[in-house]
Amino acid sequence: MIGAGGGATGLGAILVEVLQGLLALLLAPGIVGLVRFIKARLQGRRGAPPWQPYRELAKLFGKEMVVSRNASWIFGVAPYVVFASTLAVALLVPMLAAPLPIDRAGDLIVVVYLLLLGTFAIGLAGLDPGSAFGGMGSSRALTIAALAEPTIALAVFALAVPAGSTNLGRIVARAIEDPGGALSPGHLMALAALFIVMLAEAGRLPVDNPATHLELTMIHEAMILEYSGRSLALLEWAAFLKFFVFLSLLANLGLPWGVALNPGASAVLVAAAILIVKVALLAAAVAVLETRLAKLRLFRVPELLSVSFLLALLAITSSFLVE
Amino acid sequence: MSAPPKFDDLTPVLEGRGATGLEARGRVLRCGLAREAVAGGAADLLARRLELDLMLATDRRADRGVFAIHYLFGDPVADRFVELAVDVPPADARFPSIATISYPASRYEREIRDQLGLTPVGHPDPRPLVRHGFWPEDYHPLRKDAPPPGAWVDDGRPFPFRRVEGDGLYEIPVGPVHAGIIEPGHFRFSADGETIIDMKARLYFTHKGTEKLFEGRRPGDGVELAERIAGDTSVGHPLAYCQAIEALADIEPPPRALHARVILLELERLYNHVTDFGAIVNDTGFAVAQAHAARIREILMRTNARLTGHRLMRGMLRPGGLQRDLEGASALPAAIDRLRADFDELVAICLDNSMLVDRLRGAGRLTRRTALDHGAVGYVARASGIDRDVRRDHPFAAYGGLTFRVPVLETGDVEARAMIRVEEVRESAGLIAQAVEALPGGDFACPLPPLPPGQSAFGLVEGWRGGIIHWVLAGADDRLDRVKIKDPSFVNWRPLTFALLKNIVPDFPLCNKSFNLSYSGNDL
Repeated sequence: MIGAGGGATGLGAILVEVLQGLLALLLAPGIVGLVRFIKARLQGRRGAPPWQPYRELAKLFGKEMVVSRNASWIFGVAPYVVFASTLAVALLVPMLAAPLPIDRAGDLIVVVYLLLLGTFAIGLAGLDPGSAFGGMGSSRALTIAALAEPTIALAVFALAVPAGSTNLGRIVARAIEDPGGALSPGHLMALAALFIVMLAEAGRLPVDNPATHLELTMIHEAMILEYSGRSLALLEWAAFLKFFVFLSLLANLGLPWGVALNPGASAVLVAAAILIVKVALLAAAVAVLETRLAKLRLFRVPELLSVSFLLALLAITSSFLVE
Repeated sequence: MSAPPKFDDLTPVLEGRGATGLEARGRVLRCGLAREAVAGGAADLLARRLELDLMLATDRRADRGVFAIHYLFGDPVADRFVELAVDVPPADARFPSIATISYPASRYEREIRDQLGLTPVGHPDPRPLVRHGFWPEDYHPLRKDAPPPGAWVDDGRPFPFRRVEGDGLYEIPVGPVHAGIIEPGHFRFSADGETIIDMKARLYFTHKGTEKLFEGRRPGDGVELAERIAGDTSVGHPLAYCQAIEALADIEPPPRALHARVILLELERLYNHVTDFGAIVNDTGFAVAQAHAARIREILMRTNARLTGHRLMRGMLRPGGLQRDLEGASALPAAIDRLRADFDELVAICLDNSMLVDRLRGAGRLTRRTALDHGAVGYVARASGIDRDVRRDHPFAAYGGLTFRVPVLETGDVEARAMIRVEEVRESAGLIAQAVEALPGGDFACPLPPLPPGQSAFGLVEGWRGGIIHWVLAGADDRLDRVKIKDPSFVNWRPLTFALLKNIVPDFPLCNKSFNLSYSGNDL
């Protein structure tokens, strides 16, 4: 880890950290609901209200679980692994204040591997009950993950070079201190790469269609098809959270202003308000984009992800050249 | 009306096979053949480019002491048909199979074996086709003496799917219960990674005994049943039924009814094609287009309801004309034209989306050869370069006096099947305008005389999905003895299997939607 530490310490920092975790957990379903709501409106439908996902989670938590006889312990453990790893990522990504003491616990490499841990766990869970759809979904999801995860690392590295640190908090702090750098070609290309990867990782169009009922075309949905009740709720919540984390990461790396540099109460509250606005705007952008896009043929997805990888590669090259 | 077709080229051929009772009535040449001669006779007709449109069996042990098998051949280039009839004695319930020279025949023969227990000798495929999985092997529901089905349960025997084995190959079983609200069907894919190398559709989970329910009904009471054969074809099926009854009674409905029938049939084509186009693009994830297609469909359905009192236009047709007069049709062309323009705009938006077009183009390609071999009909055939349309080739209702184009595309892919529908929407709008303009006054129905017992006739209609045939045999006391129904799905399901080969698994829903076949209409 390069150049960790500094910035906020003490009780205030821990409070900020707790607040950030709670905020992400509580807002994530609403953001997905907002995307669905905007999409419905753009399609000329009335649509469910944005808070519908909260109702869905409440409903699922109240339901009995049905588990396949063929499932092993992996099937039961996977939702907790997925949820915990995603929550850990949510704590490591600077949302409200930067840098934070928890930054010492992990930099972007840890973030990438935590994401991969979640993907791996859900991939195993898809295979575990031995249903045809689960295996199909796992195979597709892991293929996509194998192409997408290196791009995340590479894109964030491109942003890390000017900051001189792989620590996400430091990268954001540095971007606030040097706003000009945010407009450099390397920075913009890295953000574009991250945006494409976000669509793939969060199972959005044009990679995966979160609204489909067609089993044979599913990716994320196919893996969790065997789940029900509490486990399904945890997996859904983790998926909402992952989308939220990606949006906040994009928002704070692209437009870092608003992130508190000291964990004072007022600064953090302002940061929270600004974060909500930024994430909501990005979510609206995703909704508009999804309305205009069709889903790619599965074998075209690697082409799209190659583009994002190439963008990330160019970004990192450019960062070194500018240095 | 054109002059009656000539059968000069076919009569000597059939006489050479020992035809009995050779008789040409209107556009149909009928004759009986001996069991031994039927395979040769069928081969002669197929060699003369006639096509097997329908094959069926009837249980006539009560009046004639035999089972009878009927073969209906149609001429794709002239408006004429040949119907062969073969008697099969109950003591030796076998007939020679022509499955090896006609693929459609192989399906009909399996159906006859399941439903009436007559054995096609020399048939290469011993598996049941339409028989419900739970039924005992010796239960043949269309025999007149068949008891009502018992409370049978699954005997646990697996269906004999073809196994595809090799390194890295795996099977994906889908259905019969699906995640979406659709009809039941089981699809067994054999895939190499994501590439489909074989697919078997196991259908026939929706047996309702429809053909059996027709038996013993009065001709007028068959309409409500025909309207329920396939929920999305509640005009096409009863129209084919009415035409069969009218041919049997030898009556011609008044011109007003014939024009009204064109309007109803085209309205049905319109709402179904618009729905299908929306469903196809929705499967590419372009949901906004589907939302608008659903909006246009809803306006069409409400138009139907205003015009006929029913969104699906049930309760309009009857043998001899209409059940009620078609009123308020004069405003229809303008309303339909607005919707057509709306739909055209929607289509243009979809075709502008290169990601969407990329999904449709080249997916699910059905070659002309395969489509011809399977006797495919409707937009499936026309998208694969087969220039057939019953409305033009065998005119019925008032189509003979109206002008329209039959769109034909060569590529046979999902895009072609979608675009055929788009073109047909335009043609349908034109046909409705012409029919409304030409709609004569006067009676909307004529009386139906009693049906001649022991006689049969058929009605042929180009429904929105393709050619529909109803074949009707009159019994005693003006009641129906046998009604055989051919829904286009019966011949179009199998080509789907071929269209899928070498496509990828996630493209199956798209290919399937472009065929949009009926499960219920296929399983009667």
